[in-house]
Amino acid sequence: METYTLLRHFADSWFLLLMTLFFIGVIVWAFRPGSRELHDDTRNIVFRNEDRPAAGRDETEPRAQRGDRHFHEAR
Amino acid sequence: MWDYVKLLAFGVIAVLAAIAANYARDAAYLVHALLIMLVAGGLFVWQLRRADEPKAVHDETVYMDGVVRAGVVATAFWGVVGFLVGVFIAFQLAFPELNFTWADGYANFGRLRPLHTSAVIFAFGGNALIATSFYVVQRTSAARLWGGNLAWFVFWGFQLFIVIAATGYLLGATQSREYAEPEWYADWWLVVVWLAYLAVFMGTIFKRREPHIYVANWFYLSFIVTVAMLHVVNNLSLPVSIFGSRSISAFAGVQDAMTQWWYGHNAVGFFLTAGFLGMMYYFVPKQAERPVYSYKLSIIHFWALIFLYIWAGPHHLHYTALPDWAQTLGMTFSIMLWMPSWGGMINGLMTLSGAWDKLRTDPIIRMMVVAVGFYGMATFEGPMMSIRAVNSLSHYTDWTIGHVHSGALGWNGMITFGALYFLVPRLWQREALYSVRLVSWHFWLATIGIVLYAASMWVTGIMEGLMWREVDSQGFLVNSFADTVDAKLPMYVVRALGGTLFLAGAVIMCVNLWKTVTSTAERKPATAAVAAE
Repeated sequence: METYTLLRHFADSWFLLLMTLFFIGVIVWAFRPGSRELHDDTRNIVFRNEDRPAAGRDETEPRAQRGDRHFHEAR
Repeated sequence: MWDYVKLLAFGVIAVLAAIAANYARDAAYLVHALLIMLVAGGLFVWQLRRADEPKAVHDETVYMDGVVRAGVVATAFWGVVGFLVGVFIAFQLAFPELNFTWADGYANFGRLRPLHTSAVIFAFGGNALIATSFYVVQRTSAARLWGGNLAWFVFWGFQLFIVIAATGYLLGATQSREYAEPEWYADWWLVVVWLAYLAVFMGTIFKRREPHIYVANWFYLSFIVTVAMLHVVNNLSLPVSIFGSRSISAFAGVQDAMTQWWYGHNAVGFFLTAGFLGMMYYFVPKQAERPVYSYKLSIIHFWALIFLYIWAGPHHLHYTALPDWAQTLGMTFSIMLWMPSWGGMINGLMTLSGAWDKLRTDPIIRMMVVAVGFYGMATFEGPMMSIRAVNSLSHYTDWTIGHVHSGALGWNGMITFGALYFLVPRLWQREALYSVRLVSWHFWLATIGIVLYAASMWVTGIMEGLMWREVDSQGFLVNSFADTVDAKLPMYVVRALGGTLFLAGAVIMCVNLWKTVTSTAERKPATAAVAAE
């Protein structure tokens, strides 16, 4: 089979399906239960830390923990 | 040690550039080699004078705003330059005598047109995107820019690219690819600068102190990543000589055209849309003092936009050698794009719900709302024009030019002006803008200018489209090409006047911003900073 034909068939079958499912997955994920609280927090990011970076300068601390701590402090 | 490595590198580059200038095969290459020699030589002296001096300390507890300030200045400067060239070539089209014989081959329409498009898209728009993205990513990540002085390298490297591109156009170095005219060495330089930009932006996101990546940063990041990909693929070419500016594209025929418009349309989609949507998602909520209307909608907006835009390019090649299925694909995806575009527009506009009264009192928010409105109009007009039947009338006519400008002047221009008015008092610690009345003047001059521009181009575009296809009872064409040119003159004059109004508004903005920095009261320090834990 020619490369063109092979790629063409793959593109308009399996890969198209994969992308469609990914996209539907994104929408489902956005509307998952419990996302509202999270999104309310996230959309208010623009109103925090206007003048200087957040405190807590320990660079050795893993990002996830740093973030979580800040997240909980914020509420 | 590092200082000496840099000294050595600058010295070697200056010498190599001098050698290249000696062997140069064309004027553009000669000028660029001399330019690089001077820049590298200047940097050598600069580096020599500060060798072994104490290094600048990067204080992680403050934001890096110097580079954003420089970006704001560059945005305003290149904006005025780009608009001025645009106004001049608009008058050249109306009055061909302005293609002066003494400047023939340098300042005629053909040489100045890419100077205008690149100046407004890449110099004005690009600097606006780099400056605002550096500002926004720091605030929304609650972290200083990553990479120390790398952000300054991005800024100055991008200015060098602009100067090389602009002088190249005047001297005739062009790849003849729309919005990708710069020749091979400029392209390679931009790759280096762009990867540094990506590193600074990603590095800042990696060290963020907020658990989530705010949606504006998603849009900025998709713009940076996609532009890198588009730029590299579309500029795959082989230089004829390393001592000349000319290069040959790696693609041929319809593949070449398709690669170019895959790039070209996504330059619109990711440079002028996704990047500027990043601006919208930060500056509109800030100026309205309301969080974005729906965060869920912004997530869907983002994914739908990037999934669909990348396929829309073939609509630039309707009725060409491109296979029909590819044309239909491009058209279909373009029409589907209407949905995420309007979803984003509604999200931006509805952010003002409960704050609509600000439209009356705050000309900056008015500017942003008009920008989002023009985004909606341009993203309705675009899909409509991509329908093959409509395109058969609109293609190659001034309608296309009008469409581009309602998006570029209305959406990109107005949202950038709004962002600049927002940024300058904050970046220079001023109480307020010098004059709100002048912002109002800018707003009305720009808006009337855009309306004149878009309306005249609709009329002339549809008129010439209809004239080109008019046949008599015998099947012969009724009009010659020169007949359409003659009929378009009044609309061309109106268009040039609209551009003049837009330029006048931008000059007023520069005066206002200048006075804001030089002659308004300094902002009093905020209430005592909260002590670090």
